[in-house]
Amino acid sequence: MSKTILMVDDSASVRQMVGMTLKQAGYSVVEACDGREALQKATASRVDAVITDLNMPGMDGLSFIRAYRATPASSGVPIVFLTTESDEGLKAQAKQAGATGWMVKPFKPDQLLAIMRKVVGA
Amino acid sequence: MSDLDPAEVFRQEAADLIETLEQALLDLEKRPDDSELVGLAFRALHTLKGSGAMFGFNAVSEFIHEFETAFDRVRKGEAVADRRLIAAALDARDHVAQLIDDPDVDPARGAAILAALKVAVSGEAPVIAPSRPDAAVDGAGPGGVAPAGWHVRFRLPADALTLGTNPLLLLDELRELGPCEIVANVDDVPPLDRIEPEQCYLAWDVTLRAEVPQEAVDDVFLFVRDDMDLAIQPLALETAEAQQPATSKSPATHPAAPALAPDRRNEIAQVGPLQAAALPSAERAPAGKPAERASPARVERNATLRVPAERLDELMDRVGELVIAQARLSQLAEAIHDPALVNVAEEIERLTASLRDTTMGTRMVPIGSLFGRFRRLVHDLSEDLGKSINFVTEGEDTELDKTVIEQLADPLVHLIRNSIDHGIENPDRRAETGKSAAGTLRLAASHRGAEVAITISDDGAGLNGERIRRRAEEAGLIAPGQPVSEAELNRMIFQPGFSTAAQVTSLSGRGVGMDVVKRTIDGLRGSIDVDTRPGKGTTMTLRLPLTLAIIDGLLVRVGEDRYTIPLAAVEECLELPVGVDGDARGRSFLNVRGELVPFLKLRQVFDTQGNPDPFQKVVVVASDSMRVGLVVDQIIGNNQTVIKQLSRLHSGLKTFSGATILGDGTVALILDVMHLVAFGQKLEERRRAETLGRAA
Repeated sequence: MSKTILMVDDSASVRQMVGMTLKQAGYSVVEACDGREALQKATASRVDAVITDLNMPGMDGLSFIRAYRATPASSGVPIVFLTTESDEGLKAQAKQAGATGWMVKPFKPDQLLAIMRKVVGA
Repeated sequence: MSDLDPAEVFRQEAADLIETLEQALLDLEKRPDDSELVGLAFRALHTLKGSGAMFGFNAVSEFIHEFETAFDRVRKGEAVADRRLIAAALDARDHVAQLIDDPDVDPARGAAILAALKVAVSGEAPVIAPSRPDAAVDGAGPGGVAPAGWHVRFRLPADALTLGTNPLLLLDELRELGPCEIVANVDDVPPLDRIEPEQCYLAWDVTLRAEVPQEAVDDVFLFVRDDMDLAIQPLALETAEAQQPATSKSPATHPAAPALAPDRRNEIAQVGPLQAAALPSAERAPAGKPAERASPARVERNATLRVPAERLDELMDRVGELVIAQARLSQLAEAIHDPALVNVAEEIERLTASLRDTTMGTRMVPIGSLFGRFRRLVHDLSEDLGKSINFVTEGEDTELDKTVIEQLADPLVHLIRNSIDHGIENPDRRAETGKSAAGTLRLAASHRGAEVAITISDDGAGLNGERIRRRAEEAGLIAPGQPVSEAELNRMIFQPGFSTAAQVTSLSGRGVGMDVVKRTIDGLRGSIDVDTRPGKGTTMTLRLPLTLAIIDGLLVRVGEDRYTIPLAAVEECLELPVGVDGDARGRSFLNVRGELVPFLKLRQVFDTQGNPDPFQKVVVVASDSMRVGLVVDQIIGNNQTVIKQLSRLHSGLKTFSGATILGDGTVALILDVMHLVAFGQKLEERRRAETLGRAA
C-alpha cells in the first residue's frame, strides 16, 4: 500500500511540482493550501508524512506543526518543513514545534525523493 | 490540471502574487506602519522567490532575493515605507513582472532598481552582495578524504519516534552506503513495567566498510544530529585504537568515545549550515527547461481551483442547449398529459434551473479584481501629472460575468484617464476655486436589478458645454445654432472623432477613445451616461447586464408574436383599465397607486396589425430610476431565456437585445428595456418640445 503524504503549501505551483514528483514515485498525495486545511486533513485520516511550508497565510507552518503535534494522530508521523532561508533560528523553532526534518527551497525532485525516503521510506 | 505546463502554472500564480504585492505596496503608502501589510508584501516576495527558482526562473528568483533583502529592513522596522521606498519597490515589482516574461531583460536595469531600493531603505551606498554564500560551498569538505570506512555510534533523542524519526530508515540508509555491521546497544532499555512504548531506548554501533566521504554519513543524520548523541570516526582511527589493549567493540572503549565526540561534533556542526546552503546553490544550475513562451492562458481569478476559461464557456453553452431542450420536454409533457411525464419534466426543469444558476455562479467574478488594477494607474497618473488624487473604490464585491469584466478593463482605464487628465484640475486651479488640493476620484459598482452600475465620478471641472458645442459644430455633428438638450450635448463626446482637449497630452485626448468606450459598452448590451455639473465634477455611469448568457424572462404576446422581457427588470404586471388609452404617439400615463407611470403600447411601437385583445395587460419595467409600462396583449409566464445574439443584419435594432428559442422551436425577441425606456423618453421630450413650440 502506498504511503500517503500531506503536502501543505500556499503556492499552487509548488504543490503541483511536489505532488507530481511524489505521485510518480508511487506515493499518494493529499494537498492543503494552508495550516488550517492541513490540520483538518491530517487529523481526518492517517497520513504517513507531512511536508509543509512555513510561510503561509491563515495558519502558518509553525502553528500548524504545533497544533498537529498536540493531536495523538501525529504520533510517529514525520513532518518535513520547507524553508527558503538558512535561518537557524527558524529551523530551531520548527524543530522545537515538533518537525522532523527540513528541506531548503528551491529543491530538485531528486532531493525531495531522497528526503522522503529518509523520513518515510519508499 | 496536472497536465498543465508547470511553468505556466507558475506564471499564473506569479501574476496573482505580483498583484498582491502591488496592492500591499500601494496600501502601505497610505498606512506605512501597518505591519500586516508589510508581512503580506514580504510573503508574496518570499513565495515568488521560492517557486521562481524551482521552475527555472532563476533570474527572477535572484532579483527577488535582493528585493526581499532590502524589504526585510522594512519588516524589521529598520526602514520606513515612505513614498520613495514605495516608488522604488513598485519599480522593482514591474521589473519582476518583466523578468517573468523575459528572463533576459536588461540586467543593468535590475541592478539600478535594486540600488535605488537599497538607498531608499538605508540611505547607504548600495552594496551588491552575492545572493547566496556560494563561495563557502566550494571549500566545503572537511571530510573530503575518504578513509576505508567509518564507525558510527548513535543514540536517538527519547521523543524521536513520536516525532516521526524512524531508526530503521536511518540504518537502511547507512546500508545503502556500503556493507554495515550493526550492533544494537540495549543497555538503557528499562524493565518492562517502566517502558514507554513510544520512547526510543536503543543505541546503535555501526561499522560501515565503504570509502564514502564523511558528509555522506553525516547526511544520514541530517535531521536528527542536533539533539542526538552521534559519533562518527574514521575506521583507520578505530583500527589504531584497536591496537591498544581494549578492542573497539568491548564496552571498555565507551568512555573513550565521549572524549573524541565533542571535537567531532563541533566539526559536524560546522558542516551543517554549509550543506543547508549547498542545496539551493546546486539547484541554481540550469534546473528544469527554460520557460516556454506560451501566452498565459486566461484563467478564472480568485478561485482555489484554476480552470481554463474556455471550459467554463463551453459548459455555459451546453447548459444553454440543455435549457432549450428542457423547454421542449416541458412543452411535450404538457401536450401529452401524462402525469408521470409531467412529473419528470418538472423535476428536470428544477434541476436545469439550479444547474444554470450554479454554472453562472462559477463565471461570476468580483469586480474588485478589476478595480485593484486601477489603483496603480491612478497612482502613476497622479505622479506624472502632478495632481494629488484621492482614489476611492466602492462595491468591490459586486459580481459580474467574467467576460464582461474582461472587456470592461480598457473602457474603464480610458474613463479614469479622462477624469484625471481633463476632469480634475491642477492643485493651483483647485485652490483658486476653493476646492481641496487633492481631487477625489470615485469608482463604485452596485447591483441595480438585472444590471450592474459602475460609476466613475470626479470632483473636477466638469464638462465644458460651450466647448463641446463648438467642437460638435466644427466636426459637423450638429448644425450651428441647432437646439440641443444638455443631455444630448454631453452625449456628443461619445461620437467618433470628437475630442475637446485643447492640447493633446500623452495620456488622453487623441480623439479616439470615448467612441471606442461607447462601442465596447454597447457590445456588452450596456449603456453609458454622462452627468456633469460645471465646476463640480462629472459622473460617468456604465450600466451592464449581469450576464450575457441566460436570464429569467417574462414571456408576453403582442399580436401573434411573442417577446421576452428580462424578469429582473419587471416590477409588476397589471391590467390596463378600460378607457385609458394612449394618444397617437403611443405613450401616455397610467395611475399606479397614485404614481404616474408612462406607458408604451407595444402594438403601436411594433406596428402590429389586427385587433388587440379586449383586456390589455401592462408590464411595468424599471430601468435605473425610470419606470415605464409596456402594454401587451397577453402575459404568458416566466421562462428561462437563453440569449442568442441577433444576426449582424439585425444588430442595429435598438429595441431588441437578442433573441431566444422557445420550447416549440419558435423564436422570441428579447426586449431591450433600457432602450425602450429611453425611446419612450425621447418621444416624450419631442412631444413636449412640440407642445412648447406650439405654445410659443
